[in-house]
Amino acid sequence: MKRFFHAVLFFVALIFAWHYLRETMVSTKRWSPVLVPDPLSVWQYLRSAAEDRTLFEALWVTVKRLLLGYFIGVVMGVPLGLVTARFKWAGDTIGVLGLGLQTLPSVCWVPLALLWFGQTEGAMLFVVIMGTLWSVQISTDSGVRNVPPIYQRAAQTMGSRGLHTWIKVNLPASLPFIVSGIKQGWAFAWRSLMAAEIYVTVLTGFGLGFLLHNGRELGAMDQVVGIMLVIVVIGLLADKILFSPWERFLHRRWGTVKS
Amino acid sequence: MSGLADELQVIKPVKLSINGVSKTFREGVVETHALDNVTLNVDEGEFVCLVGPSGCGKSTLLNMIAGLEFPDQGSIMSDGRMVTEPGRDRMVMFQEAALFPWLDVVGNVMFGLKLKPNLNNKERREVAQFYIQLVGLAKYSRSNIHELSGGMRQRVALARSLAPNPRVLLMDEPFASLDAMTREQLYGDLQEIWAARKKTIVFVTHNVREAACLGDRVVLFSPHPGRIREQFLIDLPRPRDINSPSLAAHATEITKALKSHREEQAEVAE
Repeated sequence: MKRFFHAVLFFVALIFAWHYLRETMVSTKRWSPVLVPDPLSVWQYLRSAAEDRTLFEALWVTVKRLLLGYFIGVVMGVPLGLVTARFKWAGDTIGVLGLGLQTLPSVCWVPLALLWFGQTEGAMLFVVIMGTLWSVQISTDSGVRNVPPIYQRAAQTMGSRGLHTWIKVNLPASLPFIVSGIKQGWAFAWRSLMAAEIYVTVLTGFGLGFLLHNGRELGAMDQVVGIMLVIVVIGLLADKILFSPWERFLHRRWGTVKS
Repeated sequence: MSGLADELQVIKPVKLSINGVSKTFREGVVETHALDNVTLNVDEGEFVCLVGPSGCGKSTLLNMIAGLEFPDQGSIMSDGRMVTEPGRDRMVMFQEAALFPWLDVVGNVMFGLKLKPNLNNKERREVAQFYIQLVGLAKYSRSNIHELSGGMRQRVALARSLAPNPRVLLMDEPFASLDAMTREQLYGDLQEIWAARKKTIVFVTHNVREAACLGDRVVLFSPHPGRIREQFLIDLPRPRDINSPSLAAHATEITKALKSHREEQAEVAE
């Protein structure tokens, strides 16, 4: 409760500081009133965008792209990581490829995706998947490689073999690595999707990135700042909803440091 | 119901025979002759301790009985059958507890039971609770592993290796990393559990006193190559106290033998 109070106090103070700083700078003619919006006008923009539903439509388009692409990336990345850790040939081929592609900033996939898929949802999904897939694969791979061999030996003496050992021992034992990998994958996917949405207009759906871009073209700074705030809030919510349960589990079982 | 009763009954321990076993490890160009023509028989329900300096191959031998490693020459028989793979009839307790951090205490003890098809989940839970109680951790069955002390972790590991009701228990320096007080308590508990559950136990240690306290028989190994040098029968009544003078006399005898072998080897080396 006290922590919540601290957070609220901080953000209220921040908004007031923003308001009065702008007021002073605009009245002394040092800042252009057009370039720095007042918190109140940002709020008014968000309210009108919510009322005419453009905000929710854009939100839904973006979140759908993100969740779908991210889900596919994780579902492909974890088994791929298990395979590259288990089979030497896979590690020497797909593993090396993954390492290489992971160093590529995922926004670099956008031009290629546009040529392959056109200005469609497919291109957006492709960019998100590429952002997620390799960091999940790499962290699963290194997670499995860091499983103490004694776990496998102990499991074997209790009658565990083959696939059972993989699913019941190696996979849960690599969970701390996998969770940090899917978090990193999320960060990559989110950033690359925003870049892609700002960079190109996809006619099948206008996402948050489009609204941001649109705001710049109209010179509507209240829209630009408002959408930026929405993007921040989604990032925070995703962290709480998608990752907190896993991190709490890890903390409870492994006794790792609470974040 | 009969499944549960069958599961918890005290079963006949088994006889182990190790016939002329040799094993060499190669790491790059270095060859280590871990075991050289070792022959050893362990009777049904016998508690045998393997003692010797590091590198004498005692842990290797234990892993071979477990079916985790295999001899280059010779054979290992458990209950008259050749050991070709790990099996629930021969459970291992490792030096580090090797418990699974993603499971709680009950989850760990149930891991092996889940692989037994003849039980349902309720029975598995009851069997697990039975052994958790046997090792004195009834209150901690829902605890996470990281919350337990070293001694408690080894108790969980003991419960986990007892749970599938093996006929042989293989223990690889299970108490080496514990403090003396905790160890003494576990000596008493292990002897009680052994008496109650009637297992054949092979116990590897480098602690001579521990060996004399626990074993019906102490087998002394010497290194490079690993060979059996001498065997000592410990005919003291049980339960034994590690601090008793008669036990100390046995320990002294074994230590003397250990030292004389070491001196012999030093002379050979010169």
